[in-house]
Amino acid sequence: MAKAFFGGVHPNDMKAATNEKAIEQLAPPKQVIIPMSQHFGAPCAPIVKKGDHVKVGQKIGETKGLGAPIHASVSGTVTAVEPRPYSMGGDVMSVVIDNDFQDEVSEEVVAPENPDLLSVEEMIEIVKNAGIVGMGGATFPTHVKISGGIGQVNTVIINGAECEPYITGDHRAMLERPEQIVGGCRFLAKMFGVDKVIIGVEMNKRNGIDSLNKTIDEMKAPVVVQPLHTRYPQGGEKQLCQAITGRQVPPGGLPSAIGCAVFNINSVCSIYKAMTTGMPVVRKVVTVSGSGVNEPKNIECPIGTPVSLVLDACGGLKDGTFKLIAGGPMMGMAQYTTDISVTKGMGSLLAFAADENKVSDNPTCIRCGRCVEACPMHLEPLYLYMYVQKKRVDDLNAANIMDCMECGACAYICPGRLHLTQSFKAGKQMVKDDAMKKKAAAEAEKAAAEKKGA
Amino acid sequence: MDYKALKLIASSNPHIRSNDDTRSIMLDVIVALCPALVWSIYRFGFRALIAAIVSVGSAMCWEWLYRKALHKPQMLGDLSAAVTGLLLSMVCPVTLPYWMLVLGNFFAIVVVKQLYGGLGKNFMNPALAGRAALVACYASQMTTWFDPNNAQGVKAPVSLIGQSLDGLTAATPMAQIGEDFAGLTATYSVSDMFIGFIGGSAGEISAMMLLFGGLYLIFRKVISWHIPVAYIGTVALLALVFPHGNDPVQYMLYSVFGGGLMLGAFFMATDYVTSPVTKTGQLIFGVGCGLITVFIRTFGSFPEGVCYSILLMNCTTWIIDRHIKPTRFGVVKEAAKK
Repeated sequence: MAKAFFGGVHPNDMKAATNEKAIEQLAPPKQVIIPMSQHFGAPCAPIVKKGDHVKVGQKIGETKGLGAPIHASVSGTVTAVEPRPYSMGGDVMSVVIDNDFQDEVSEEVVAPENPDLLSVEEMIEIVKNAGIVGMGGATFPTHVKISGGIGQVNTVIINGAECEPYITGDHRAMLERPEQIVGGCRFLAKMFGVDKVIIGVEMNKRNGIDSLNKTIDEMKAPVVVQPLHTRYPQGGEKQLCQAITGRQVPPGGLPSAIGCAVFNINSVCSIYKAMTTGMPVVRKVVTVSGSGVNEPKNIECPIGTPVSLVLDACGGLKDGTFKLIAGGPMMGMAQYTTDISVTKGMGSLLAFAADENKVSDNPTCIRCGRCVEACPMHLEPLYLYMYVQKKRVDDLNAANIMDCMECGACAYICPGRLHLTQSFKAGKQMVKDDAMKKKAAAEAEKAAAEKKGA
Repeated sequence: MDYKALKLIASSNPHIRSNDDTRSIMLDVIVALCPALVWSIYRFGFRALIAAIVSVGSAMCWEWLYRKALHKPQMLGDLSAAVTGLLLSMVCPVTLPYWMLVLGNFFAIVVVKQLYGGLGKNFMNPALAGRAALVACYASQMTTWFDPNNAQGVKAPVSLIGQSLDGLTAATPMAQIGEDFAGLTATYSVSDMFIGFIGGSAGEISAMMLLFGGLYLIFRKVISWHIPVAYIGTVALLALVFPHGNDPVQYMLYSVFGGGLMLGAFFMATDYVTSPVTKTGQLIFGVGCGLITVFIRTFGSFPEGVCYSILLMNCTTWIIDRHIKPTRFGVVKEAAKK
């Protein structure tokens, strides 16, 4: 039986453009630009300098606090360590490497002798050193999720929902690399000490489900595939937990609070690769699609490959392309330049030529309630929107705006074309600013009182 | 390839939008009203069509004039004024002078809708409020019901400019149902009531045609089943429990098919702007409409209570919305665990 969460929307999945196209390997790029911020947390500190020679898999960025290390994706010479534009907006410190096309593998990359005999601590260390993050886009460091979840987690879920329209990288991985997915699940089962791992897959990828089931049978792995209804945002972490276990993550909490841990298909493949070959995350599968792309494709390329090269490999962009998105159409970031490069969290590159974003001159709420029905977090977007417009911070708090995960379902469905998601980002910032202000005021008062007392 | 020349827009997610917008929704409502309108023209003649055109036209004119006068952006394209105009013509007697329709639309569009801020801000359904204003001003014209079947049972359409001479000016089934239920069943059979061979307001006589339209709206996901089912269900249940005559089911069918219930339940009570946004709230709203309708029909001085019941419940929408909230994600299960 297919399962689902409550709420959500049904956008046209647009996956037909690429879901039958095998993953292509991009010709090695002449130069890669590797941003030092490819994960949730503080950016890495570059540990190479201009003129250094680096090899594939060599660590070039060291974590400072929460994060995952970053590795060279090609061998060659570092030509610059400087801020460059990147996909999350603005500039970030990046390491620019000129490819020498030798593909020399770094001495740091050592395959574990017998992956099956590794202890849990050793496995976590390997995951950490491999720079694995949540590669569905959230980019939370995977080793933190694992070490934080051990002991609390009794349900390990693999996110194969791929609920965003257009994206087909995970689907292709299920068809072309099922052994990596199932193999990675095995390691996860061992690390968490659970007797089975559940892979949730939306029903629009039936052949992916079949492929995984076949591999699971062949490998006799402790893995089951749970079909899910096709509905956005089925792949949201909390929604996936709800669909599969029936449990809801408490407000402000993590899935570990209800005994769940969720990993992306791509991250699982990376875990498998790290355990068996020692190779860290240096390549990424990107779906290039949308009405502005001449030849939509699934492309695998080194991390740091300039986006313009990836687009070139897909026949370039059509004239009149007005939007370039890193990520899916529902949650991705619109880019203002093509000077960015591929990162660990970039699952797709979309270009729109036809006007996909239908805008209205006079966005007007008609109180149809579709946003309330669609909100997977059970909020009332129409009222949140009103409170943001009127800057009513207390009402925003009372209406739980911080529960909003900015999935875009409400704005997608809104017939009045309100800029809902956009205003909630502003509203969340208002709430945060207000909390800071109150905290500062309370501290000042306390300090004043102490002074008086003294 | 050089991408420098591209003019890229960096806007917030989501980057795609559903195809449904306000205009397409309003267009669906107009389409859904067409069967009832066609039936009205068939029964009452072309006067029904002209009344509808006059009403739609005047509603749009009032909206245009008001927004022009106040230098507000014109929004006629969303068709919400057209829907109001069409609905108002359908809840008035077909014999109502055209100028009264125009006046009713002034109240609906300018006073009820625009003065409160325009689309989405009004707290009462404009078409029903327009009707209520007309009833207050022109009680006799608004309650002169017309049955095109004359004494000989020959259909006599209303003339385009005034009253038909041959038509039977009679009490509507709703006026009769309380006082003389036996007489009503003798005049009209249940199928007459259902298909629409009865007297009444221009657009409300055929329960069947309105049901077609209502099901179309549910099928198109323009409205959900909650309000109509709760509304009609409440009226039906109360009719079964407190019947006139010997046959509760018969009384229930007459109550449900007669009067403005179908039009009100599918097209008026479901008005987005003036009904609650949550499904639970909508159920409460529907039940409330049903209760008040039956109270007015049974104890009120008006024969029909649909219009006022919906207007009254419109006034409670904000209370329902304030108190009926979706359960916060993650809270139920947490409480259940403890």
